[in-house]
Amino acid sequence: MYEFNYQKAGSVADAVARLAAATDGRVLAGGQTLIASMKMRLVAPSDLIDLAGAPGLAAIETAMGGLKIGAMATHASVAASPAVLEAIPALAALASGIGDRMVRQMGTIGGSVANNDPAADYPAAVVALGATVHTNKRQIPADGFFKGMYETALDTGEIITAITFPVPQRAAYIKFKNPASRYAIVGVFVAQTATGVRVAVTGAGPGVFRVPAMEAALAANFSSAALAGITVSAADLNTDMHASAEYRAHLIGVLAKRAVDAALAA
Amino acid sequence: MQLSLTVNGKAVTADVPPRTLLVDFIREHLNLTGTHVGCDTAQCGACTVHLNGSAIKSCNVLAVQAAGGQVVTIEGVTPADGTLNPMQEAFRQHHGLQCGFCTAGMVMSAMDLARRHVTLDDATIRAELDGNLCRCTGYQNIVAAVKAGAASMHK
Repeated sequence: MYEFNYQKAGSVADAVARLAAATDGRVLAGGQTLIASMKMRLVAPSDLIDLAGAPGLAAIETAMGGLKIGAMATHASVAASPAVLEAIPALAALASGIGDRMVRQMGTIGGSVANNDPAADYPAAVVALGATVHTNKRQIPADGFFKGMYETALDTGEIITAITFPVPQRAAYIKFKNPASRYAIVGVFVAQTATGVRVAVTGAGPGVFRVPAMEAALAANFSSAALAGITVSAADLNTDMHASAEYRAHLIGVLAKRAVDAALAA
Repeated sequence: MQLSLTVNGKAVTADVPPRTLLVDFIREHLNLTGTHVGCDTAQCGACTVHLNGSAIKSCNVLAVQAAGGQVVTIEGVTPADGTLNPMQEAFRQHHGLQCGFCTAGMVMSAMDLARRHVTLDDATIRAELDGNLCRCTGYQNIVAAVKAGAASMHK
């Protein structure tokens, strides 16, 4: 790991000011991806601005008919939150399957969403549930937030403060995970909401994406049988040592059906 | 930079570069070498310690992130009279180790697991221990030890 200056932010506004003053500053949340990346010298920020001391960022509350989850809420706290378990159990289940217990006790929702790893779990939930990303200066709808591999709509120096999730009628997330990294080889989040059905896929492509053909079929008939015959092209999907693009395309169909069945059983 | 925290109940102050990992601080600065470095990539769990009551992987956390906090290592869970705590004793009773390299991390993870679950079945133990790797593959006895240790901690 290269040297850097460590700064502790007392508030989000303080972090924004410190970021602006740094040559190449990065925000530190739980650090479960960032520190590993710095150890491998994949990133070498001049300054790390730690949000852990900024008060109020880890709260999980029921708000505006949905959930408001603070950016610094850990995966473990989301997984165990009575409010999340009550309102969106699929989101708690997703959080309980990220990494391993030790990683979940440090890693945060804000860090995961800001990093937008193409195989991360949270982006699928944010997109499928039609969540809103709150930052220090605006609110960004999920559909406009994720911009492909590790890219988001966040401006330089913009910091996620919370994410709000509307409560779906039904939802489920099914992940086919890499047993070593526990990242999604493919993960499918299906949500039936008042405004329609949303199907979001992570792990398969360069970033989270929706499957409109599945959404339309499920809007007409919310059952796994409705997905019969709907395929996703492998053309833009990932091939690596773990799975080919064709295999991932096949998994999307399989996991979407399982997610619908799980949502109906919940 | 100046760093103050509590390790195993004792106040510790040191001057360390910000890039110092918590595990290196524990091993190199405090000479508490019971915490191991296995993979150094946050996968194997040999470096597991407790930070403010939660098990974390100290190879993937900066020492400065623990500033002002409470860290407990394997050296800190043993009673002062030199006996073993209930989880350690269960690992001894059930021979939950072969080479022993992963054991400190296994015990720290298992104590955290036992605190979070009043009852533990084998499936839960296996699922929740997936962040601790035993390359001797001695999982049968580890699972038996965690189950017995957790029961003994809850007595």
